[in-house]
Amino acid sequence: MDDRTRGDLFEYLLRLGDDRLILGHRVSEWCGHGPILEEDIALANIALDLVGQANLLLQLAGEVEDRGRDQDALAYLRDSVGFRNVLLVETPNGDFGDTIVRQFLFSLHALLVLDQLQRSTHEALAGIAAKAVKETRYHVRHCGEWIVKLGDGTEESHDRVQRSLDRAWRYTGELFECDEIDARLVAQGIAVDPSVARESWDAQLCEVLALATLSAPTETHMQSGGRRGRHTEHLGHLLAEMQIVARSHPGAQW
Amino acid sequence: MVARPTVSRDEIWAILDDVRDPEVPVLSVVELGIVRAVEFEGDEIVVDITPTYSGCPAMHEIERSVVGALAAHGLTSRIRTVFSPAWTTDWMSDAAREKLRRYGIAPPGQASETALIPLMRRGAAAACPFCGSRETETRSDFGSTACKSLQFCNACHQPFEHFKAI
Repeated sequence: MDDRTRGDLFEYLLRLGDDRLILGHRVSEWCGHGPILEEDIALANIALDLVGQANLLLQLAGEVEDRGRDQDALAYLRDSVGFRNVLLVETPNGDFGDTIVRQFLFSLHALLVLDQLQRSTHEALAGIAAKAVKETRYHVRHCGEWIVKLGDGTEESHDRVQRSLDRAWRYTGELFECDEIDARLVAQGIAVDPSVARESWDAQLCEVLALATLSAPTETHMQSGGRRGRHTEHLGHLLAEMQIVARSHPGAQW
Repeated sequence: MVARPTVSRDEIWAILDDVRDPEVPVLSVVELGIVRAVEFEGDEIVVDITPTYSGCPAMHEIERSVVGALAAHGLTSRIRTVFSPAWTTDWMSDAAREKLRRYGIAPPGQASETALIPLMRRGAAAACPFCGSRETETRSDFGSTACKSLQFCNACHQPFEHFKAI
């Protein structure tokens, strides 16, 4: 692998890994606070899957970079500007509907990308994708059913989840952005172009929103910047909590 | 110097078939399909294992148990984690499924037929491991471990766990 491809792949793996690490940490904030016991367990399990996927992706990123950083160094010792996650996953949890909508929008896109990434020419990445695609399917089903329950539920649940969707919408455009790093890796069959999921994502979302009696948002202005390390103020607060133990006790083992 | 171990592959598989899964102790790590291959590299045995779920917290304990079980027979080993092909409950034998059922966990259905986008689609209801009824419902998609969900039998009014088909 030439130096440029190695650098591109490291960046690409950070994007995939950071999306899951940050979302996994966010969702784990629900642990002990879920609206009902079953959903407390569900959110903790979804968080566990995401952090597990992040662990594998960042471990591989560290190996590709080959500068002695492992997954822990990448997770705990980078600052906000070093993170490559999309802005959607760092948005605060809000209420249960906000969390479910954010998860559904992210997981549906992730599922479509992972399904193709299973055929990556990079064997280790293809293996991680094949594992993650099964877990992500389950998250899509679970969250999709909740969107229908909330949307087609009471007047209050309908209005609240519609507002959740409207608020999250401006962060969805970034999921489909494809830059020159993606393009160079796509040309080698290593990466999947995030924008190819667009048509299927729109169609599946449309199906769920119809069942949920919700309307697709009409907002067209999209926020982005996460892939280039330009984040909202929320990420810094999240990192402060996530990284405090590792940074206070460098190299600690248990 | 230690010579190449004078143990056959079959004997190693037999030792590993005694290593229980820490969360589902009625099944061995071999019956669950977690152990994928056993190879010799010099004086060391390399055991390929594949994770059930990306974040399964039991994997470290499983690795420790595998190395420990072989060490108890004087064998040096190391673990190699492999991801492809991805673990599926379809690898579980009929005998292993029956053990699960007797233990009170409904065995997984077929995983290989499910569509990519699972919206609003659910497989057949799990049969109650206690009375066999299909009059069951999902109480929680997620359960005590990543690999299980919680069900309720409307015939015998018992809650039970179901091994998710993935």
